[in-house]
Amino acid sequence: MKQPQLHGRWVIVLSFIVALSLTIVPMPDWAAPLRPEWVVVVLIFWCLAVPQRVSVGTAWFCGLLLDVLRGAVLGQHALTLSLVAYVTIKLHRRIRVYPRWQQSLAVLALVLLHQLPLFWVNGMMGVSGQDWSYWLPALSSALLWPIVYPLLRDLQQRFRVV
Amino acid sequence: MISLFRHGPSITMRLAALVVLSILLMTLDHRQQHLQDVRAALSLFVYPIQYVFNIPVSAGRWFSENVMTRQELLEENASLSAQRLLLEVRLQKLDVLKIENMRLRQLLDSSIKVNEKVLIAELLAVDLEPFSRQVTLNKGRRQGVYVGQPLLDAYGIMGQTVRVGPLTSKAMLITDPSHALPVQVNRNNLRAIAVGSGSPELIELQHLPNNADIVMGDLLLTSGLGGRFPRDYPVAIVTQVVRDPGEPFAKVSAHPLAHLEDSREVLLVWPTTVQAVEDEGDCVDDECALGQEEGAQ
Repeated sequence: MKQPQLHGRWVIVLSFIVALSLTIVPMPDWAAPLRPEWVVVVLIFWCLAVPQRVSVGTAWFCGLLLDVLRGAVLGQHALTLSLVAYVTIKLHRRIRVYPRWQQSLAVLALVLLHQLPLFWVNGMMGVSGQDWSYWLPALSSALLWPIVYPLLRDLQQRFRVV
Repeated sequence: MISLFRHGPSITMRLAALVVLSILLMTLDHRQQHLQDVRAALSLFVYPIQYVFNIPVSAGRWFSENVMTRQELLEENASLSAQRLLLEVRLQKLDVLKIENMRLRQLLDSSIKVNEKVLIAELLAVDLEPFSRQVTLNKGRRQGVYVGQPLLDAYGIMGQTVRVGPLTSKAMLITDPSHALPVQVNRNNLRAIAVGSGSPELIELQHLPNNADIVMGDLLLTSGLGGRFPRDYPVAIVTQVVRDPGEPFAKVSAHPLAHLEDSREVLLVWPTTVQAVEDEGDCVDDECALGQEEGAQ
Protein backbone atom coordinates (compact mmCIF):
# COMPACT_ATOMS: atom_id res chain seq x y z
CA MET A 1 0.00 0.00 0.00
CA LYS A 2 2.91 2.30 0.67
CA GLN A 3 4.51 1.83 -2.74
CA PRO A 4 1.95 3.53 -5.06
CA GLN A 5 1.62 6.52 -2.71
CA LEU A 6 5.36 7.20 -2.77
CA HIS A 7 5.37 6.50 -6.48
CA GLY A 8 2.63 8.99 -7.08
CA ARG A 9 4.20 11.78 -5.13
CA TRP A 10 6.97 12.57 -7.57
CA VAL A 11 4.47 12.73 -10.45
CA ILE A 12 2.62 15.47 -8.62
CA VAL A 13 5.83 17.28 -7.66
CA LEU A 14 7.18 16.99 -11.19
CA SER A 15 3.99 18.34 -12.75
CA PHE A 16 4.17 21.37 -10.46
CA ILE A 17 7.83 21.92 -11.32
CA VAL A 18 6.99 21.81 -15.03
CA ALA A 19 4.12 24.24 -14.45
CA LEU A 20 6.42 26.62 -12.55
CA SER A 21 8.97 26.40 -15.37
CA LEU A 22 6.36 27.11 -18.02
CA THR A 23 5.42 30.18 -16.03
CA ILE A 24 8.84 31.75 -16.61
CA VAL A 25 9.85 30.32 -19.97
CA PRO A 26 10.56 33.25 -22.31
CA MET A 27 7.84 33.84 -24.87
CA PRO A 28 7.63 36.16 -27.88
CA ASP A 29 6.16 39.56 -27.11
CA TRP A 30 2.85 39.02 -28.82
CA ALA A 31 2.24 35.77 -26.91
CA ALA A 32 3.37 36.92 -23.48
CA PRO A 33 0.00 38.37 -22.35
CA LEU A 34 -1.65 35.09 -23.42
CA ARG A 35 0.54 32.94 -21.18
CA PRO A 36 -1.83 30.58 -19.35
CA GLU A 37 -1.68 30.31 -15.58
CA TRP A 38 -0.01 26.91 -15.69
CA VAL A 39 0.31 26.43 -11.96
CA VAL A 40 -3.39 27.14 -11.42
CA VAL A 41 -4.40 24.68 -14.16
CA VAL A 42 -2.22 21.90 -12.74
CA LEU A 43 -3.43 22.67 -9.23
CA ILE A 44 -7.07 22.46 -10.34
CA PHE A 45 -6.39 19.11 -11.98
CA TRP A 46 -4.81 17.54 -8.91
CA CYS A 47 -7.49 18.99 -6.64
CA LEU A 48 -10.14 17.36 -8.84
CA ALA A 49 -8.27 14.07 -9.17
CA VAL A 50 -6.81 13.50 -5.72
CA PRO A 51 -8.41 16.02 -3.34
CA GLN A 52 -7.33 13.95 -0.35
CA ARG A 53 -3.65 14.52 -1.23
CA VAL A 54 -3.36 17.89 -2.94
CA SER A 55 -5.09 20.46 -0.83
CA VAL A 56 -4.80 24.04 0.38
CA GLY A 57 -1.42 23.38 2.02
CA THR A 58 0.22 22.25 -1.22
CA ALA A 59 -1.43 25.13 -3.04
CA TRP A 60 -0.08 27.59 -0.50
CA PHE A 61 3.49 26.36 -0.82
CA CYS A 62 3.33 26.42 -4.63
CA GLY A 63 2.00 29.96 -4.40
CA LEU A 64 4.96 30.95 -2.27
CA LEU A 65 7.38 29.58 -4.88
CA LEU A 66 5.43 31.41 -7.57
CA ASP A 67 5.78 34.63 -5.57
CA VAL A 68 9.54 34.25 -5.46
CA LEU A 69 9.72 33.27 -9.12
CA ARG A 70 7.70 36.27 -10.27
CA GLY A 71 9.22 38.70 -7.82
CA ALA A 72 5.82 39.51 -6.36
CA VAL A 73 5.04 40.35 -2.76
CA LEU A 74 5.46 37.21 -0.65
CA GLY A 75 2.10 35.59 0.08
CA GLN A 76 0.21 37.09 -2.84
CA HIS A 77 -0.01 33.99 -5.03
CA ALA A 78 -0.02 31.78 -1.94
CA LEU A 79 -3.27 33.40 -0.88
CA THR A 80 -5.00 33.10 -4.24
CA LEU A 81 -3.83 29.55 -4.95
CA SER A 82 -5.09 28.28 -1.61
CA LEU A 83 -8.43 29.99 -2.35
CA VAL A 84 -8.59 28.24 -5.74
CA ALA A 85 -7.72 24.89 -4.15
CA TYR A 86 -10.41 25.37 -1.52
CA VAL A 87 -13.19 26.16 -4.01
CA THR A 88 -12.09 23.34 -6.33
CA ILE A 89 -12.12 20.79 -3.54
CA LYS A 90 -15.49 21.99 -2.28
CA LEU A 91 -16.94 21.54 -5.80
CA HIS A 92 -14.82 18.63 -7.06
CA ARG A 93 -17.65 16.08 -7.10
CA ARG A 94 -19.68 18.31 -9.37
CA ILE A 95 -16.90 19.51 -11.64
CA ARG A 96 -15.63 15.95 -12.19
CA VAL A 97 -18.83 14.88 -13.93
CA TYR A 98 -19.20 17.98 -16.09
CA PRO A 99 -18.61 17.60 -19.83
CA ARG A 100 -15.21 18.86 -20.90
CA TRP A 101 -16.36 22.25 -22.23
CA GLN A 102 -18.24 22.95 -19.03
CA GLN A 103 -15.13 22.06 -17.07
CA SER A 104 -13.34 24.68 -19.17
CA LEU A 105 -15.87 27.24 -18.01
CA ALA A 106 -15.20 26.21 -14.42
CA VAL A 107 -11.46 26.63 -15.04
CA LEU A 108 -12.15 30.09 -16.47
CA ALA A 109 -14.03 31.04 -13.31
CA LEU A 110 -11.34 29.57 -11.05
CA VAL A 111 -8.49 31.37 -12.83
CA LEU A 112 -10.46 34.60 -12.57
CA LEU A 113 -10.81 33.85 -8.86
CA HIS A 114 -7.03 33.58 -8.81
CA GLN A 115 -6.49 36.84 -10.71
CA LEU A 116 -9.01 39.06 -8.97
CA PRO A 117 -7.34 39.10 -5.52
CA LEU A 118 -3.97 39.51 -7.26
CA PHE A 119 -5.41 42.54 -9.02
CA TRP A 120 -6.63 44.01 -5.72
CA VAL A 121 -3.38 43.37 -3.93
CA ASN A 122 -1.41 44.90 -6.82
CA GLY A 123 -3.70 47.92 -6.67
CA MET A 124 -3.11 48.28 -2.94
CA MET A 125 0.66 48.01 -3.44
CA GLY A 126 0.48 50.75 -6.05
CA VAL A 127 1.33 48.66 -9.13
CA SER A 128 -0.33 50.56 -11.94
CA GLY A 129 -0.59 50.22 -15.69
CA GLN A 130 -2.72 47.09 -15.89
CA ASP A 131 -5.12 47.05 -18.82
CA TRP A 132 -7.63 44.56 -20.13
CA SER A 133 -4.92 42.17 -21.29
CA TYR A 134 -4.35 41.34 -17.61
CA TRP A 135 -7.39 39.04 -17.79
CA LEU A 136 -6.33 37.15 -20.96
CA PRO A 137 -4.55 34.30 -19.09
CA ALA A 138 -7.93 33.18 -17.70
CA LEU A 139 -9.20 32.73 -21.23
CA SER A 140 -6.09 30.93 -22.50
CA SER A 141 -6.07 28.64 -19.44
CA ALA A 142 -9.70 27.68 -20.07
CA LEU A 143 -8.98 27.04 -23.76
CA LEU A 144 -6.02 24.88 -22.83
CA TRP A 145 -7.92 22.75 -20.34
CA PRO A 146 -9.26 20.22 -22.93
CA ILE A 147 -5.62 19.54 -23.93
CA VAL A 148 -4.00 19.55 -20.52
CA TYR A 149 -6.68 17.47 -18.82
CA PRO A 150 -6.23 14.26 -20.90
CA LEU A 151 -2.44 14.58 -20.63
CA LEU A 152 -2.43 14.79 -16.86
CA ARG A 153 -5.19 12.16 -16.66
CA ASP A 154 -2.95 9.84 -18.66
CA LEU A 155 -0.02 10.47 -16.35
CA GLN A 156 -2.20 9.94 -13.33
CA GLN A 157 -3.49 6.59 -14.58
CA ARG A 158 -0.11 5.35 -15.81
CA PHE A 159 1.56 6.00 -12.48
CA ARG A 160 -1.55 5.15 -10.49
CA VAL A 161 -1.60 8.32 -8.43
CA VAL A 162 -4.49 7.86 -6.04
CA MET B 1 -4.91 3.79 1.54
CA ILE B 2 -7.63 6.39 1.44
CA SER B 3 -9.35 6.73 4.74
CA LEU B 4 -12.96 7.78 4.71
CA PHE B 5 -12.55 9.99 7.73
CA ARG B 6 -9.96 12.68 7.50
CA HIS B 7 -7.91 13.49 10.57
CA GLY B 8 -6.78 16.90 11.63
CA PRO B 9 -8.50 20.26 11.21
CA SER B 10 -11.12 20.68 8.49
CA ILE B 11 -10.20 22.18 5.15
CA THR B 12 -12.09 25.39 5.90
CA MET B 13 -10.09 25.89 9.09
CA ARG B 14 -6.85 25.24 7.24
CA LEU B 15 -7.82 27.70 4.52
CA ALA B 16 -8.63 30.35 7.12
CA ALA B 17 -5.27 29.83 8.80
CA LEU B 18 -3.40 30.01 5.48
CA VAL B 19 -5.28 33.14 4.41
CA VAL B 20 -4.35 34.87 7.66
CA LEU B 21 -0.76 33.70 7.23
CA SER B 22 -0.62 35.01 3.63
CA ILE B 23 -1.99 38.41 4.61
CA LEU B 24 0.53 38.57 7.44
CA LEU B 25 3.33 37.67 5.03
CA MET B 26 2.22 40.27 2.50
CA THR B 27 2.05 43.00 5.11
CA LEU B 28 5.44 42.09 6.56
CA ASP B 29 7.02 41.84 3.12
CA HIS B 30 5.56 45.12 1.94
CA ARG B 31 6.16 47.22 5.03
CA GLN B 32 9.38 45.79 6.39
CA GLN B 33 12.43 44.05 5.08
CA HIS B 34 12.49 41.16 7.56
CA LEU B 35 11.50 38.56 4.98
CA GLN B 36 14.60 38.95 2.82
CA ASP B 37 16.06 35.78 4.32
CA VAL B 38 12.90 33.76 3.71
CA ARG B 39 12.82 34.95 0.14
CA ALA B 40 16.49 34.16 -0.29
CA ALA B 41 15.96 30.62 1.03
CA LEU B 42 12.99 30.07 -1.27
CA SER B 43 14.89 31.46 -4.22
CA LEU B 44 17.31 28.54 -3.83
CA PHE B 45 14.37 26.25 -4.64
CA VAL B 46 13.53 28.08 -7.84
CA TYR B 47 17.11 28.77 -8.94
CA PRO B 48 17.38 25.41 -10.77
CA ILE B 49 14.27 26.27 -12.79
CA GLN B 50 15.65 29.65 -13.81
CA TYR B 51 19.00 28.05 -14.55
CA VAL B 52 17.51 25.32 -16.71
CA PHE B 53 15.62 27.86 -18.79
CA ASN B 54 18.75 29.84 -19.33
CA ILE B 55 20.49 26.81 -20.85
CA PRO B 56 18.82 26.95 -24.32
CA VAL B 57 19.63 30.65 -24.57
CA SER B 58 23.26 30.24 -23.61
CA ALA B 59 23.55 27.09 -25.74
CA GLY B 60 22.24 29.04 -28.72
CA ARG B 61 24.85 31.72 -28.19
CA TRP B 62 27.60 29.14 -27.76
CA PHE B 63 26.49 27.46 -30.96
CA SER B 64 26.38 30.65 -33.01
CA GLU B 65 29.81 31.61 -31.68
CA ASN B 66 31.24 28.26 -32.67
CA VAL B 67 29.89 28.00 -36.19
CA MET B 68 31.17 31.39 -37.30
CA THR B 69 33.20 31.24 -40.47
CA ARG B 70 36.83 32.25 -40.60
CA GLN B 71 35.89 35.20 -42.80
CA GLU B 72 33.42 36.51 -40.25
CA LEU B 73 35.96 36.10 -37.48
CA LEU B 74 38.58 37.98 -39.44
CA GLU B 75 36.14 40.81 -40.15
CA GLU B 76 35.09 40.99 -36.55
CA ASN B 77 38.72 40.94 -35.46
CA ALA B 78 39.56 43.80 -37.80
CA SER B 79 36.64 45.92 -36.70
CA LEU B 80 37.40 45.23 -33.04
CA SER B 81 41.04 46.23 -33.32
CA ALA B 82 40.05 49.38 -35.17
CA GLN B 83 37.61 50.16 -32.40
CA ARG B 84 40.23 49.44 -29.76
CA LEU B 85 42.66 51.82 -31.37
CA LEU B 86 40.02 54.50 -31.40
CA LEU B 87 39.16 53.91 -27.75
CA GLU B 88 42.78 53.92 -26.72
CA VAL B 89 43.32 57.28 -28.32
CA ARG B 90 40.33 58.61 -26.43
CA LEU B 91 41.57 56.98 -23.26
CA GLN B 92 44.86 58.82 -23.50
CA LYS B 93 43.00 62.07 -23.54
CA LEU B 94 40.83 60.84 -20.68
CA ASP B 95 43.86 59.98 -18.55
CA VAL B 96 45.19 63.48 -18.95
CA LEU B 97 41.81 64.95 -18.16
CA LYS B 98 41.41 62.72 -15.12
CA ILE B 99 44.73 63.78 -13.69
CA GLU B 100 43.97 67.39 -14.41
CA ASN B 101 40.59 67.05 -12.76
CA MET B 102 42.17 65.47 -9.67
CA ARG B 103 44.70 68.29 -9.48
CA LEU B 104 42.03 70.94 -9.75
CA ARG B 105 39.98 69.25 -7.08
CA GLN B 106 42.98 69.06 -4.82
CA LEU B 107 43.38 72.77 -5.32
CA LEU B 108 39.76 73.14 -4.25
CA ASP B 109 40.60 71.07 -1.16
CA SER B 110 38.20 68.21 -1.83
CA SER B 111 39.09 64.82 -3.16
CA ILE B 112 37.02 62.58 -5.35
CA LYS B 113 37.52 58.91 -5.92
CA VAL B 114 37.25 58.26 -9.59
CA ASN B 115 37.58 54.52 -9.89
CA GLU B 116 34.53 52.60 -8.86
CA LYS B 117 34.56 48.85 -8.31
CA VAL B 118 32.43 47.03 -10.86
CA LEU B 119 31.27 43.49 -11.51
CA ILE B 120 29.88 42.14 -14.77
CA ALA B 121 26.60 40.25 -14.38
CA GLU B 122 24.45 38.51 -16.92
CA LEU B 123 20.69 38.62 -17.20
CA LEU B 124 19.01 35.27 -16.79
CA ALA B 125 16.47 34.84 -19.56
CA VAL B 126 13.25 34.89 -17.56
CA ASP B 127 9.99 36.77 -17.97
CA LEU B 128 8.59 38.33 -14.84
CA GLU B 129 5.45 40.22 -13.91
CA PRO B 130 4.32 41.91 -17.12
CA PHE B 131 3.59 45.30 -15.55
CA SER B 132 6.63 45.86 -13.41
CA ARG B 133 9.94 46.21 -15.19
CA GLN B 134 12.37 43.94 -13.41
CA VAL B 135 15.16 41.64 -14.48
CA THR B 136 16.98 38.73 -12.83
CA LEU B 137 20.77 38.74 -12.63
CA ASN B 138 23.09 35.79 -12.18
CA LYS B 139 25.02 37.38 -9.31
CA GLY B 140 23.89 37.37 -5.70
CA ARG B 141 25.02 37.88 -2.14
CA ARG B 142 27.93 35.45 -2.67
CA GLN B 143 29.47 38.00 -5.01
CA GLY B 144 28.81 40.86 -2.62
CA VAL B 145 25.71 42.27 -4.31
CA TYR B 146 23.52 44.32 -1.97
CA VAL B 147 20.02 45.75 -2.11
CA GLY B 148 19.93 49.15 -3.80
CA GLN B 149 23.05 48.61 -5.87
CA PRO B 150 23.28 50.63 -9.12
CA LEU B 151 23.13 48.72 -12.37
CA LEU B 152 24.65 50.03 -15.63
CA ASP B 153 25.21 48.88 -19.13
CA ALA B 154 27.63 50.26 -21.68
CA TYR B 155 25.33 53.19 -22.47
CA GLY B 156 23.92 54.41 -19.18
CA ILE B 157 22.11 53.72 -15.94
CA MET B 158 19.77 50.73 -16.08
CA GLY B 159 18.34 50.49 -12.57
CA GLN B 160 19.10 49.11 -9.14
CA THR B 161 18.89 45.79 -7.33
CA VAL B 162 15.78 45.36 -5.21
CA ARG B 163 16.12 41.79 -3.96
CA VAL B 164 19.26 39.80 -3.41
CA GLY B 165 19.36 36.03 -3.05
CA PRO B 166 22.45 33.91 -2.45
CA LEU B 167 23.07 33.25 -6.16
CA THR B 168 20.72 35.54 -8.06
CA SER B 169 19.25 38.97 -7.59
CA LYS B 170 16.36 41.00 -8.97
CA ALA B 171 16.87 44.48 -10.29
CA MET B 172 14.29 47.17 -10.97
CA LEU B 173 14.79 49.10 -14.20
CA ILE B 174 14.53 52.89 -14.29
CA THR B 175 11.37 52.57 -16.41
CA ASP B 176 9.49 50.79 -13.60
CA PRO B 177 6.65 53.04 -12.39
CA SER B 178 7.84 52.77 -8.79
CA HIS B 179 11.40 53.79 -9.59
CA ALA B 180 12.66 57.34 -9.14
CA LEU B 181 16.14 58.58 -9.95
CA PRO B 182 17.73 61.94 -9.08
CA VAL B 183 19.15 63.46 -12.26
CA GLN B 184 20.55 66.72 -13.51
CA VAL B 185 20.69 68.32 -16.92
CA ASN B 186 24.22 68.22 -18.30
CA ARG B 187 23.91 71.67 -19.91
CA ASN B 188 22.97 73.72 -16.86
CA ASN B 189 22.93 71.37 -13.82
CA LEU B 190 19.17 71.72 -13.39
CA ARG B 191 18.12 69.07 -10.88
CA ALA B 192 15.06 66.85 -11.30
CA ILE B 193 13.62 63.48 -10.42
CA ALA B 194 13.20 60.96 -13.25
CA VAL B 195 10.32 58.57 -12.66
CA GLY B 196 9.62 55.43 -14.68
CA SER B 197 6.50 55.31 -16.80
CA GLY B 198 6.03 51.55 -17.10
CA SER B 199 6.55 51.67 -20.85
CA PRO B 200 9.96 50.32 -21.86
CA GLU B 201 11.34 53.37 -23.64
CA LEU B 202 10.13 56.31 -21.58
CA ILE B 203 10.88 58.03 -18.29
CA GLU B 204 9.32 61.25 -17.06
CA LEU B 205 10.73 64.23 -15.19
CA GLN B 206 8.35 65.28 -12.48
CA HIS B 207 7.61 68.64 -10.88
CA LEU B 208 9.61 70.83 -13.22
CA PRO B 209 8.00 74.29 -13.42
CA ASN B 210 6.82 75.56 -16.80
CA ASN B 211 9.65 78.06 -17.01
CA ALA B 212 12.39 75.53 -16.26
CA ASP B 213 15.30 75.74 -18.66
CA ILE B 214 15.04 72.37 -20.34
CA VAL B 215 14.77 71.65 -24.06
CA MET B 216 14.55 68.67 -26.36
CA GLY B 217 17.88 66.88 -26.74
CA ASP B 218 19.20 67.75 -23.28
CA LEU B 219 21.36 65.02 -21.78
CA LEU B 220 20.37 63.89 -18.29
CA LEU B 221 23.07 62.62 -15.91
CA THR B 222 22.78 61.10 -12.47
CA SER B 223 23.21 63.84 -9.90
CA GLY B 224 24.50 61.58 -7.14
CA LEU B 225 22.07 63.17 -4.72
CA GLY B 226 20.38 60.59 -2.55
CA GLY B 227 23.66 58.76 -2.25
CA ARG B 228 22.60 55.62 -4.05
CA PHE B 229 23.80 56.18 -7.61
CA PRO B 230 27.29 57.36 -8.55
CA ARG B 231 27.52 60.85 -10.06
CA ASP B 232 27.64 61.87 -13.69
CA TYR B 233 26.57 58.71 -15.44
CA PRO B 234 24.36 59.29 -18.51
CA VAL B 235 20.69 58.42 -17.96
CA ALA B 236 18.49 59.68 -20.78
CA ILE B 237 17.95 62.19 -23.57
CA VAL B 238 14.99 64.56 -23.30
CA THR B 239 12.61 63.78 -26.15
CA GLN B 240 9.62 65.95 -25.46
CA VAL B 241 8.81 69.04 -23.42
CA VAL B 242 5.16 70.10 -23.22
CA ARG B 243 4.48 73.43 -21.50
CA ASP B 244 0.77 73.94 -20.94
CA PRO B 245 0.08 77.30 -19.23
CA GLY B 246 -2.95 75.74 -17.53
CA GLU B 247 -0.82 73.12 -15.79
CA PRO B 248 1.45 73.87 -12.84
CA PHE B 249 4.29 71.72 -14.16
CA ALA B 250 5.82 71.06 -17.55
CA LYS B 251 5.45 67.57 -18.94
CA VAL B 252 8.95 66.35 -19.76
CA SER B 253 9.63 62.90 -21.20
CA ALA B 254 13.01 61.36 -21.88
CA HIS B 255 14.36 58.30 -23.64
CA PRO B 256 16.72 56.13 -21.55
CA LEU B 257 20.19 55.74 -23.03
CA ALA B 258 20.77 52.29 -21.56
CA HIS B 259 19.57 49.48 -23.80
CA LEU B 260 17.05 48.29 -21.24
CA GLU B 261 15.35 45.70 -23.40
CA ASP B 262 18.27 44.09 -25.14
CA SER B 263 21.31 44.24 -22.88
CA ARG B 264 22.57 40.90 -21.69
CA GLU B 265 25.73 41.89 -19.88
CA VAL B 266 25.29 44.54 -17.26
CA LEU B 267 27.61 46.16 -14.74
CA LEU B 268 27.01 46.20 -11.02
CA VAL B 269 28.75 49.17 -9.45
CA TRP B 270 30.00 49.72 -5.93
CA PRO B 271 29.88 53.50 -5.79
CA THR B 272 32.51 55.23 -3.74
CA THR B 273 31.49 58.20 -1.67
CA VAL B 274 31.73 61.47 -3.53
CA GLN B 275 31.97 63.45 -0.32
CA ALA B 276 35.19 64.99 0.87
CA VAL B 277 37.75 62.75 2.57
CA GLU B 278 36.81 63.60 6.13
CA ASP B 279 33.63 61.52 6.31
CA GLU B 280 33.96 57.74 6.46
CA GLY B 281 37.31 57.90 4.78
CA ASP B 282 38.46 54.46 5.83
CA CYS B 283 35.39 52.24 5.78
CA VAL B 284 35.00 49.42 3.29
CA ASP B 285 32.95 50.39 0.26
CA ASP B 286 30.24 47.79 0.82
CA GLU B 287 29.66 48.91 4.38
CA CYS B 288 29.43 52.52 3.37
CA ALA B 289 26.92 51.68 0.71
CA LEU B 290 24.87 49.55 3.10
CA GLY B 291 24.84 52.33 5.62
CA GLN B 292 23.58 54.75 3.00
CA GLU B 293 20.99 52.35 1.84
CA GLU B 294 19.59 51.94 5.33
CA GLY B 295 19.63 55.65 5.75
CA ALA B 296 17.71 56.07 2.52
CA GLN B 297 15.00 53.74 3.68
